[in-house]
Amino acid sequence: MARFRTWVGIALAGALSVSLAACSSTGGKRAEDARKAAAAQGRAAVNTPRWTFAMITHSGDGDTFWDIVQSGARQAAVKDNIKFLYSHDDEAQQQAQLVDAAVDKKVDGIIVTLAKPDAMKAAVARAEKAGIPVITVNSGSEESKAFGALTHIGQDETIAGEAVGDELNRRGRKKALCVLHEQGNVGHEQRCDGVAETFRGRLQKLYVNGTNMPDVQSAIEAKLQADKSVDSVVTLGAPYADTAVKARSDAGSKAEVDTFDLNATVAASLKNGTLGFAVDQQPYLQGYQAVDLLWLYKYNGDVLGGGKPVLTGPQIITKDQASALADYTERGTR
Amino acid sequence: MSAATEPAADERVLPTSSLRRLLSRPELGSVVGALAVLVFFACAADGFLRASSLSTVLYASSTIGIMAVPVALLMIGGEFDLSAGVLVTSSALVSSMFSYQMTANAWVGVGVSLLVALAIGAFNGFMLTRTKLPSFIVTLGTFLMLTGMNLGFTKLIDGTVSTKTIGDMEGFPSAHAVFASTLTVGGVGVKVTILWWLGLVAVASWILLRTRTGNWIFAVGGNEDAARAVGVPVARTKIGLYMGVALGAWISGQHLLFSFDAVQSGEGVGNELIYIIAAVIGGCLITGGYGSAVGSAVGALLFGMTSKGIVFAEWNPDWFKFFLGAMLLLATLLNAWVRKRAEASK
Repeated sequence: MARFRTWVGIALAGALSVSLAACSSTGGKRAEDARKAAAAQGRAAVNTPRWTFAMITHSGDGDTFWDIVQSGARQAAVKDNIKFLYSHDDEAQQQAQLVDAAVDKKVDGIIVTLAKPDAMKAAVARAEKAGIPVITVNSGSEESKAFGALTHIGQDETIAGEAVGDELNRRGRKKALCVLHEQGNVGHEQRCDGVAETFRGRLQKLYVNGTNMPDVQSAIEAKLQADKSVDSVVTLGAPYADTAVKARSDAGSKAEVDTFDLNATVAASLKNGTLGFAVDQQPYLQGYQAVDLLWLYKYNGDVLGGGKPVLTGPQIITKDQASALADYTERGTR
Repeated sequence: MSAATEPAADERVLPTSSLRRLLSRPELGSVVGALAVLVFFACAADGFLRASSLSTVLYASSTIGIMAVPVALLMIGGEFDLSAGVLVTSSALVSSMFSYQMTANAWVGVGVSLLVALAIGAFNGFMLTRTKLPSFIVTLGTFLMLTGMNLGFTKLIDGTVSTKTIGDMEGFPSAHAVFASTLTVGGVGVKVTILWWLGLVAVASWILLRTRTGNWIFAVGGNEDAARAVGVPVARTKIGLYMGVALGAWISGQHLLFSFDAVQSGEGVGNELIYIIAAVIGGCLITGGYGSAVGSAVGALLFGMTSKGIVFAEWNPDWFKFFLGAMLLLATLLNAWVRKRAEASK
């Protein structure tokens, strides 16, 4: 029995030392909690009635960009004492039906993306007929006013594309590849067309299936292997930049990878020089401002922008600014 | 035997009560499920039972249901169609681009698109009956080809990924009225697709239960060789079923086009599975030979109620697919159980 107790003691001591040694002093949940504590604390700062705002986007399932937009919107909703509802569908018809559902619910304000403007026209008109103020975000700057929305908040995709073209010229690039990961997204076409507008070299479009990462990687890889003269790859979303970097190294190409939008990986890659530059449209701001401006309209009848879109981008981010943003991308607000 | 004898006196015919007949209907399980979901969301979702909300739910159901009817018929006939989702987009694209490029009346595009859709349906059926390959493979090929053609042709002809608007062309208003208008009934907007849907369900039910063609469909789905042996035109029936799916895709496609004036070329992928789910929830057997058109409508209604009910209940939409999967399993289990009980009590 005594021998048994000794064994148990040794086993316990062993287990304890192993579990102590197994603790990671870097990263993980603990580091995340510490970051969260450093972020804004949520409490309503106003005593207006508890209005309900619904946001309906064209995002697919599980999209990092839209997580950031949402986190901005939720932050503003907490501050403005707003009940915030979010729904999304990447099929135009379904997205229109979701707007209809929000109107049926008699919400106090609607935030909607117009990536597929023709499909959303009737639904937005129905919202206005019901007296619900609408703000458009992210895509649809050209249609927003015609549809009768208060304001559009986002970046003009063509202007953002042109900024990328200018930056490529500054870097002396000759042949660029524009990787489109959502076939059918007009905003993406505008971005690539914008790049082509100002870029003095040659630009080629490459369509990939954005819902299938290995497929994206092999497509870029094949293109880089087939055409050795490509010296820069422009991806249209942060998650695809990392994939393009992998494809570049597998293809043994020297092309520089640049991207639209930011995330933690992109910020880190900018810092260590794996990526050339990123053009940010500040998604956090799009969500935050949309909710805040709806609140201002309900509370004070304020409208921002004077009938013109309120631009949240483009902001070119290179190695120099990347380190300052790393903390923000880590906590999911940039 | 004189004509005066009672027909019920025939000892070879098993007398069945009306309750038992009800229990052996394919759609019974899904009707029970639909009622349960309706009651559930009526309690859980604020404003779900409002007339305008129900009209939104019915509209959502009709956009699936229009396709679920011919897909159900095809599945009763023992085959699959994986190209149904993108075929909807294809027929909308053909209609829109033909009218625009030829500067023709919108109805010309509508007609051409019908011919193209039916040709694609006939191609599916012809390939299947000629090559003897499983329909899964044949229509998977068509699905991929159509997906590529949708994008390729749109880029080639229009230079962008979505078609140019035809909202200002002749014939558009009348076509809009037929395919995409909203009728106001008692102050509530009712989309015309709901009428198309109910009409299709009625026609399909009549074909299945009251015509020779309906018997052929059940026969080829139940046992193809036996059907052929008794003189059922198997190939013709199956080609006809695929053309029926094409007809549904044409109606859905025209609705897409005339409600939005422009079509995105990359859409429709993945919807074919939703049509199949609606048919299966509605009591169609995946092996063929059993099912009903009404069931497919109930399946589509279940889908519409769930997809919009989650929004009305203000739940996190991330979980939508989970609920859908759970519902599919529950509904099919319920169907199987009800069918077993019905057969055991014979």
